[in-house]
Amino acid sequence: MDQPKSAERPVLSLEDASKSFGAVRALQGVSLALFAGEAHALAGENGAGKSTLIKVLAGVHRPDAGRVLVDGEPVTFHGPSDARDAGIAVIYQEPTLFPDLTVAENIFMGRQPRRSFGRVDHRSVRDATQALIERLGVDLDPGQLCRGLSIADQQLVEIAKALSFDARVLIMDEPTAALTGAEVARLFGVVRTLREQGTAVLFISHRLEEIFALCQRVTTLRDGRLISSDPVDGLTEDDLVRRMVGRDLDELYPKQPARIGETALAVRRLTREGVFTDVSFDVRRGEIVALAGLVGAGRSEVVRAVFGVDRADAGDVHVAGNKLPAGSPTAAMAAGVALVPEDRRQQGLVMELSIERNIGLTGLDRLGRGGLVRRTLERGRAADWAVRLQLKYNRLSDPVGVLSGGNQQKVVLAKWLATEPGVLIVDEPTRGIDIGTKAEVHRLLSSLAAEGLAVLMVSSDLPEVLAMADRVLVMHEGRITAELPRALATEESVMAAATGRTAGGEKAA
Amino acid sequence: MTATVEQPTAPPGARKVTARSLTETVFRAREISIAGCLVLLVLGTWAANHRFLSEQGIKDLLLNASILILLAVGQSVVVLTRNIDLSVGSVVGLSAFACGKFVSGTDRNAVLALLLGIGVGALCGLVSGLLVSFGRVPALVVTLGMLYIIQGTDYWWAHGQQINAADVPASVLDLGSGSVLGVPYLALIAVAVLAAASYYLRSYRSGRELYAIGSSPEAARLAGIPIRRRILAAYVFSGAVAGFAGALWLARFGTVVADNAHGWELTVVSAVVVGGVAITGGTGSVWGAALGALLLTTVGSVLVVLKVDSFWQSAITGALLLAAISVDRIVTLRMTSALRKRNARHVHQV
Repeated sequence: MDQPKSAERPVLSLEDASKSFGAVRALQGVSLALFAGEAHALAGENGAGKSTLIKVLAGVHRPDAGRVLVDGEPVTFHGPSDARDAGIAVIYQEPTLFPDLTVAENIFMGRQPRRSFGRVDHRSVRDATQALIERLGVDLDPGQLCRGLSIADQQLVEIAKALSFDARVLIMDEPTAALTGAEVARLFGVVRTLREQGTAVLFISHRLEEIFALCQRVTTLRDGRLISSDPVDGLTEDDLVRRMVGRDLDELYPKQPARIGETALAVRRLTREGVFTDVSFDVRRGEIVALAGLVGAGRSEVVRAVFGVDRADAGDVHVAGNKLPAGSPTAAMAAGVALVPEDRRQQGLVMELSIERNIGLTGLDRLGRGGLVRRTLERGRAADWAVRLQLKYNRLSDPVGVLSGGNQQKVVLAKWLATEPGVLIVDEPTRGIDIGTKAEVHRLLSSLAAEGLAVLMVSSDLPEVLAMADRVLVMHEGRITAELPRALATEESVMAAATGRTAGGEKAA
Repeated sequence: MTATVEQPTAPPGARKVTARSLTETVFRAREISIAGCLVLLVLGTWAANHRFLSEQGIKDLLLNASILILLAVGQSVVVLTRNIDLSVGSVVGLSAFACGKFVSGTDRNAVLALLLGIGVGALCGLVSGLLVSFGRVPALVVTLGMLYIIQGTDYWWAHGQQINAADVPASVLDLGSGSVLGVPYLALIAVAVLAAASYYLRSYRSGRELYAIGSSPEAARLAGIPIRRRILAAYVFSGAVAGFAGALWLARFGTVVADNAHGWELTVVSAVVVGGVAITGGTGSVWGAALGALLLTTVGSVLVVLKVDSFWQSAITGALLLAAISVDRIVTLRMTSALRKRNARHVHQV
């Protein structure tokens, strides 16, 4: 592609790199060049090969073909420490720190300054950490344990670590996925400063606006191949999306009209002490109801109690007119309620099990008789849903863990849709998944509603809430503070209710 | 797209101090509370029977604890890396028997016997360590297997014979019974090993790396720590210490049969856990483990003095173990949530 033909040599580059895992070709002939003082974005859907590319640069994987060059010299990384010694720092989405050790020890582990007899100079470690923290301009204590630090603070520790060995290349894999707006702003401030000081930055994010805010150049991958590498200036979000998904994204939020039927789920005065109070609402057939609010407002807790995972202290849940026994997910499932949980890795899937096994888990009693599971039935059910949800997979017997995030989410959906529920509860259905899959999930939810399913959706993605929901319930500190019909739901009205100001109130921002 | 609400930030200073003192208090707390238990236990028993704290009484307490403390130090180093060594009891038995065979009826030097013991132990540790680190077999399985293999070897070799104190040279026996200013050699040796191990763990890169490996193996890999070498070294150390303890066992008791220290591995693991070394690795100190060992042996001695049936000793050890683990769990949960809440007060997210 059109690499800048400047005399400047890239600090780190990848030439024609390919990498396969079994039959999956994760990278095919990808090239990339990172220059000092430039922030370079890596865009692409989940499964496009971004993570593999990073791991090649980080020395975790060795490319099957192609070369890694540092300052124009070909190098072979035998492990992460080789890459680190070459001045490459990688910050993963989930920072990998030692929770039981202090911030200072985390930064200097294995590289502590030493004094006589090879002993670790604890005072220097501490002082050096203090200096790094001051350089970053953040509020951290070198002596604090990393256990209990927020994700944002943990990332700052990782960045401090990168600074400590004068990293010339800073690679960040979706660093903002779990951060709040203020934390993102602080992170970007730090990264901009580093870039101005001559660090080359490789930045990955699903949030396009962040790419435009931070980066000068963007490289797009699709299905393991390089699609393009262009300057960000002059590019629009639509251009980028088209490069990522390989087609025009007709509608990110396809909302089909649905006939609203009778009440499918009725929640009455549900209360769980100290978590949420007096929550009542209805979801009717054909309707998508969104539960919005700030993180910690109690939304996930409400749906967990509705499904019976957590026992409510007071209040009832009625499904199609019948009262559910409290605290029994089994009864909820039998009544036709399905819950797609927030954290698919922890709660939604058994990562080591195969795709077909995972999809089969919700219907083991229907996949055979006498307590035995018929493999053919299990496989049939999985194959059926894999096709319906356009799952991208190699074999149904592959472990779910090898799928990309978006495809994992599809497996969770398949697993629950296979129970043929009347009420579908989805908690953050599109968190951490790429735009293409996101649109597919939206289309799916919309068509399910059109078929008469009652959908309750917890989401922190405000545009998603506004575009998909027929009604928006807003929670604030454990209570429902507003119920907004589609026509009245705007960013302002939802935010006002979410922050505890009355909708359309006097000082709404 | 996220919308954000910033809450007024707390004064930074306040947060720092509390977070720090909280974590530090928790770590000191374990050692202090065990020491407190010990003092209460000893004083209480002394009140009931003054002879408990006679010169001989104290000496017995220390002698009884020394070997367990040594083993606890070795075990801690392994447990810190999120592994376990169940073979130490058998290693003590084998090493004691080997040393007994070596010195029995001769006039060989005690130092040679100690070196032999260390060698035998290190060899056993090497085998376990290789299987765990390079063979990637779970530590529980490997060391359980080693427990039986070493025990079997010992039985086969001993063939029903025993080493008699009468055949053991005086230089060796002196080591077990002698003392300086009323403090038994054995106790001095245990404290010396303890202090050295503690200093090493605190002050050397490789020592810190053992904590790092136990705290997060994944992060340790990414930090470029030679995990397998470190784990291997931890096992060799644990084995060597156990072998050393075996030689001291011979010195202390003189009479050695094939199933010495049978079942000690579980007492050692209990001592380590009671002493605050997390069974999941990453936290704890050898001082804590040593205090745990001292507590367990003292409980045993106290029960004898108070003429309580000895089967209560097992029950009390078990209760202490469960209490220690429960306390750890509760403290960890409390601490994590306290720290989280403190962080959560800073920012809120949509």
